Amino acid sequence: MSRFGSPAAGVVVQAGAITRESTLWAGSHQAPILDAARLALTRDLQLAFRKRGQLVQPLAFFAMVTMLFPLAISPELARLREIAPGVLWAGALLASLLALEFLFRDDAYDGTLEQYALSGQSLTWLMFAKTAAHWLLTGLPLALMAPLAALSLGVSAAAVPGIVASVAVGSVALSLIGSIGAALTLGIKRSGALLSLLTLPLSLPVLIFGARATQLAISGGPLLAPLELLAALVVLGVTLAPLAAAAAVRISLE
Amino acid sequence: MTWTWFHRLGSPPYVYGLATRLTPWFAWPAALLIIGGLWGGLVLAPPDYQQGDGFRIIYVHAPSAWMSLMVYTTMAIAAAVGLIWRIKVAHAVAASCAPIGASFTFAALVTGALWGQPMWGTYWEWDPRLTSELILLFLYLGYMGLRAGLEDTQRADRASAVLAVVGVVNVPIIHYSVTWWNSLHQAPSVMRLAKPTMAASMLVPLLMMLLGFTLFFGAVLLVRLRGEVLNRERSASWIREIVST
Amino acid sequence: MSHFFEMGGYAVFVWPAYAVTLAAIVLNIVWARRALARSRADARRRLAMRGEGP
Repeated sequence: MSRFGSPAAGVVVQAGAITRESTLWAGSHQAPILDAARLALTRDLQLAFRKRGQLVQPLAFFAMVTMLFPLAISPELARLREIAPGVLWAGALLASLLALEFLFRDDAYDGTLEQYALSGQSLTWLMFAKTAAHWLLTGLPLALMAPLAALSLGVSAAAVPGIVASVAVGSVALSLIGSIGAALTLGIKRSGALLSLLTLPLSLPVLIFGARATQLAISGGPLLAPLELLAALVVLGVTLAPLAAAAAVRISLE
Repeated sequence: MTWTWFHRLGSPPYVYGLATRLTPWFAWPAALLIIGGLWGGLVLAPPDYQQGDGFRIIYVHAPSAWMSLMVYTTMAIAAAVGLIWRIKVAHAVAASCAPIGASFTFAALVTGALWGQPMWGTYWEWDPRLTSELILLFLYLGYMGLRAGLEDTQRADRASAVLAVVGVVNVPIIHYSVTWWNSLHQAPSVMRLAKPTMAASMLVPLLMMLLGFTLFFGAVLLVRLRGEVLNRERSASWIREIVST
Repeated sequence: MSHFFEMGGYAVFVWPAYAVTLAAIVLNIVWARRALARSRADARRRLAMRGEGP
């Protein structure tokens, strides 16, 4: 009798970094859902670090997009400072769209996603775990890189904490919203444009409040209000997005 | 109370037959109301005190805008019904709605721009209403794009249904957030036609157009619905009779 | 009569607006009928392939 209770667990073990003592199935018992979620998160992080090159791509893309504006509009720092919030957020949005393709691609390809769906664990929680891992790998680095881009656009160093805060919170919402579109377009070839078309309208409130918060950070105003609204959007996203993504994944796997 | 009529609405052959029979009852009243509304709006209604004859764009702009929102709501409700109760006919209704809604959203944006230029001095403004309407167009296009990208009809139905429902949650958020953002930036003054104070000679054609467009939506929906129902049917017997006529 | 066409000077805005809306109406009718005809043809073809044609 296999120690893991099903041959399917063996697939997950081979593809991922889960140790022998820990599986989602734990023999004939169901592991507690938080353990399962933690495992899914750890697995995603470990797998991603094996392909470090891929992690850098969205960041490099963000840097290049930010560079387009001084070259295309004007190298004058005063003008760049004015448009800096917009440039940062447009870049962050586009970079996170790029990164969304990685969210489910590998797992859908090697069957892990199907195992998640069949495991009897709450797919909603597993989607939340995957999205959390995705944010740690893309959104958080973006938030840390944003100040560098902002400085290159003539923003003063005093604005840095506010910028990091607003991009960090906003990118959580972007990852959550993006997970829905990514789940809906699973397996569609060359779905990049469609994924953007689906995700961007839903991301616009995040863009609006995020840019507002960043602008207030730059001008030194009170950014608590838009930041709180961003946080409210995150809360809304955390409660609804994993649910929608789980439903979408089940539909895509049918 | 018997629910038979409700259960029959889930039966594709019954719906096909009902749609065929009902279409003229929507199409002809729609035609009459639209023609009557056009006559009333273009000829009978007096020119506006402020906007002159330019205000007559309202008779095509307001109905188009109304259509864009009403059709999306219908689509979202049908999608939700199809998703929750797994009723194919509901998915067929949702699929039928999208092209209609998208085309009238486009018409609303264009007619709005043509109205905006003489009245506001610009074809476009990033104010809440215009921006929300543009986003609505993208929601429609995304919905149709997702359907087109998925070959399996059942998966397309269910995936686009999730999208439609999530999109509905988004519409009030977008509208509210854009209003909030605009108020921080001191919104430019927006001219509004105060409907309750409209003269009857102006208001009646508008109501006729609104009702006429709604009935038009019903007629076009019924025609499209028949095709969508056929697309989702595999069993031969009732289809054979339909296509042989 | 010419006042009708001139629309008080707004003709260049009013008439294109009506034209676009009329186009939307006509196109919806045309597309819907075409879609229905295509669905019927597809259904007929599916039946013929199964040998259960009308």
